[in-house]
Amino acid sequence: MTELLFRSIFEENLALSFFLGICTFLAVSKRVETAAGLGFAVIVVQTITVPLNNLIQTQLLSEGAWGWVGLPEVDLGFLKLVTFIGVIAASVQVLEMTLDRFAPLLYRALGIFLPLITVNCAILGGSLFMVERRYDFAEAVVYGFGSGAGWALAIVTFAAIRERLRYSDMPAGLQGLGSAFLVTGLMSLGISALAGAGGP
Amino acid sequence: MATFIDRLTRPLVDENPVTLQILGICSALAVTTTLATALTMAAALTVVLCLSGLFISLIRQHIPHSVRLIVQITIIASLVIVIDGLLRAYAFEMSRRLSVFVGLIVTNCLVLGRAESFAMKNPVLPTLADALGNGMGYSLVLIVVGTLRELLGAGTLLGRPVVATVAEGGWFEPLALMQRAPAAFFILGLLVWAIRALRRSQAEAPDYRLEATEEER
Repeated sequence: MTELLFRSIFEENLALSFFLGICTFLAVSKRVETAAGLGFAVIVVQTITVPLNNLIQTQLLSEGAWGWVGLPEVDLGFLKLVTFIGVIAASVQVLEMTLDRFAPLLYRALGIFLPLITVNCAILGGSLFMVERRYDFAEAVVYGFGSGAGWALAIVTFAAIRERLRYSDMPAGLQGLGSAFLVTGLMSLGISALAGAGGP
Repeated sequence: MATFIDRLTRPLVDENPVTLQILGICSALAVTTTLATALTMAAALTVVLCLSGLFISLIRQHIPHSVRLIVQITIIASLVIVIDGLLRAYAFEMSRRLSVFVGLIVTNCLVLGRAESFAMKNPVLPTLADALGNGMGYSLVLIVVGTLRELLGAGTLLGRPVVATVAEGGWFEPLALMQRAPAAFFILGLLVWAIRALRRSQAEAPDYRLEATEEER
């Protein structure tokens, strides 16, 4: 479990090794505070949706899941994408309303990031990887948290570097997006050196 | 007719969805380790983009404003399921190599972005031109990055050897880094730089400029 946790944070970092959520990663990383807000929101949503989708996958969608009602041949696997996207959109909505009611401060801090997360491919990607690698429920909880934390770590670090980068004198064509890619590439190189961290 | 051609060709370089608008980058980077995967992904995305544009544009008058995003995502997701199924049926090996990334077309911001900003407001024909143009702009970037990564990383193109590698008694030492994640970021970064060096208008203004020091004045 610890190995899975560390692997999902570092070696298999969603943003830096699998390029998931890079659009948001580049768009919302101009300041550390907003990046931290988004990162936190991703951790929360990822920790909720990956285990939830795991339950849905094993109990409803996988082959033979309907055996208990006498329909052992039904395989709803093809509904995976639509269901997962629906679950993600719904849990983001529920989370938003719950936070608004019980933790208005946190709600204001997360602000516009929650709805944005619905179309963040890191969230859907996490759930799809969970299915592809056949994690059980406990592993799904760990993987959900770990992959969210890895994504948050990446965006906060990147935002910190970018805040500094604004003062640098670089060629006009490299300004902005170009340099952002090169920096992300260097970060990706760096994090691949951490492969195997936390293992035996 | 002129606007039609314009819509088709402008997203190739001048308004390229990947290098200028930062849309659909996730998949653009992940599937480019070889040219074959890049081509398959480019074709899959272009088909989804065109068909989703077609359907959304057809029913755009009937979609209630408040639920338009859900309707769009449902249409896109259904198309992706079909494409995913087709790939699984007729090109299983390829679908395994593309892993989850075909499924991730659902959340590809390029598809949703074009649906929301163009297909919802325009009739069918201009929408198709716009979708095809953007699909080709996306494909162009994928093909360039895929070609470079496969050629430099393995010395092959579409699986056929192009330059003789050291392992086969030739002179070319494959750059293992090219097959790994960081190389995709570097190549795309350099590509953006190259495009912006040629098209000055695309360059972003710096937030701060260095002031001349006393001595320089």
